[in-house]
Amino acid sequence: MNYQWDFGIIWSSMPVFGRGIVVTIELTLICLVLGLILGMLLSLAQMSRVRALQVAGRSFVEFFRNIPALIQLIWFFYAFPILIGAQLSPFTAAVLGITLNTGAYCAEIYRSGIQSIARGQWEGARAIGMSDKAIFRRIILPQVFDRMLPAFTNRAVEVAKITSLASVLSVHDLMYQGRLLSATYYRPLEILTAVGILYLCIIYPLSFASMMAERHLARKR
Amino acid sequence: MKNHILKVEGLTKSFGTNQVLKGIDLDIAPGERIAIIGGSGSGKSTFLRCLNFMETLTTGAIYLDGTRIGRVVGKDGDKESVVYSPRTLCDVRKRVGMVFQQFNLFPHMSVLQNVMEGLVTVLGKSKGEARQIAEAELTKVALHEKLDAFPSQLSGGQQQRVAIARAIAMSPEILLFDEPTSSLDPELVGEVLRTINTLGEEGRTMLLVTHELGFAYRFATRVLFLYDGKIHEQGTAEEIFKNPQSERTRAFIARSSEFSL
Repeated sequence: MNYQWDFGIIWSSMPVFGRGIVVTIELTLICLVLGLILGMLLSLAQMSRVRALQVAGRSFVEFFRNIPALIQLIWFFYAFPILIGAQLSPFTAAVLGITLNTGAYCAEIYRSGIQSIARGQWEGARAIGMSDKAIFRRIILPQVFDRMLPAFTNRAVEVAKITSLASVLSVHDLMYQGRLLSATYYRPLEILTAVGILYLCIIYPLSFASMMAERHLARKR
Repeated sequence: MKNHILKVEGLTKSFGTNQVLKGIDLDIAPGERIAIIGGSGSGKSTFLRCLNFMETLTTGAIYLDGTRIGRVVGKDGDKESVVYSPRTLCDVRKRVGMVFQQFNLFPHMSVLQNVMEGLVTVLGKSKGEARQIAEAELTKVALHEKLDAFPSQLSGGQQQRVAIARAIAMSPEILLFDEPTSSLDPELVGEVLRTINTLGEEGRTMLLVTHELGFAYRFATRVLFLYDGKIHEQGTAEEIFKNPQSERTRAFIARSSEFSL
């Protein structure tokens, strides 16, 4: 193999990569925050006493967990506008798709977390006259958050990864910029390798945080 | 005229098709210390848990200070349908405290916070006032040196004493103990029983489900022997332990080998 490496192209492309990184991080944060909120609502719906809410919550979760994220993104960009009669920007479609997908996963994390709290905690709190609402807020949630921290950091890693799918909708994220640069300079080897390494640099800190969260939890037990 | 603080009428409780309590009537006067004994499966814990509605009654009524708990909304033959609103249940549980076999302390809160929690969120007391009350109660159970410890750092006996402090801090009119020493190592049982005994000496109304028959004998003003979901025999500790009328009661007490008067 006598391939002529040209790393110079990477350095000169850094401003473009930089713009992509900003978009990737934006997308990750927005979808993660919205997904956490949506997931909380979905898990509350599933645990509600109202049967219709349970079914709706459950169906939503199963629906969005069991359809590939790529299809959800493409659907929101190309199909959803026909339903609502208005075109979505690629970024909005990507946020919608990734958020709903993330929300479904987060709902499962909350649900199993809440169910992992022993019944005795509810009873101990009820026995001093606390209302269910107060118990949930003061006793259950604080314990659940601790336990769920590793699962949520894992989810953050997943979200950061699937944002790369948004490039298919031509959201100008890191993946999109990478493909654009590689097509422009005919240097896929250097540029796509660099893209991979840049993703690693964004995501590894999250994985590391997840590991630390797990250790922290193990020590607390 | 009412001389009872708690009155139970025709209480039954079924889990599915399995009837665990088969009709219990009981009047409890203020200051009574009632020990509930019986074999496993006799329904003694279930009965106690019905008194603060940790279990919902299948049929029957409970009166607290002469007032029936719950609202009767209809009658279907003999069976009343009764609605227990969440607020009613919270009110009852403020007045009828409970200590559990498994302590059920809140692991994410310090000892002090465990005791303060109900004072602040349920009784609406200020943090300062709650802290004062909590410290006083924790002093009473000899844990004033462990205020900032977390439950996981305490022995089982200490944890159970925190749970007792948490219950009495709410100033309940009645205290329920559901096998409070059954999950403790033998050497830790004594400290918890002593704490319970001290509370009894203060004239509190208490019901205690226990396997510690020796303690029941010394502690109780009245003993109920439950068998097959009914009060099979009741009387003073002297009557039940020294001169039981029923053969079944006699056999149960004789079988409980660790028991020595």
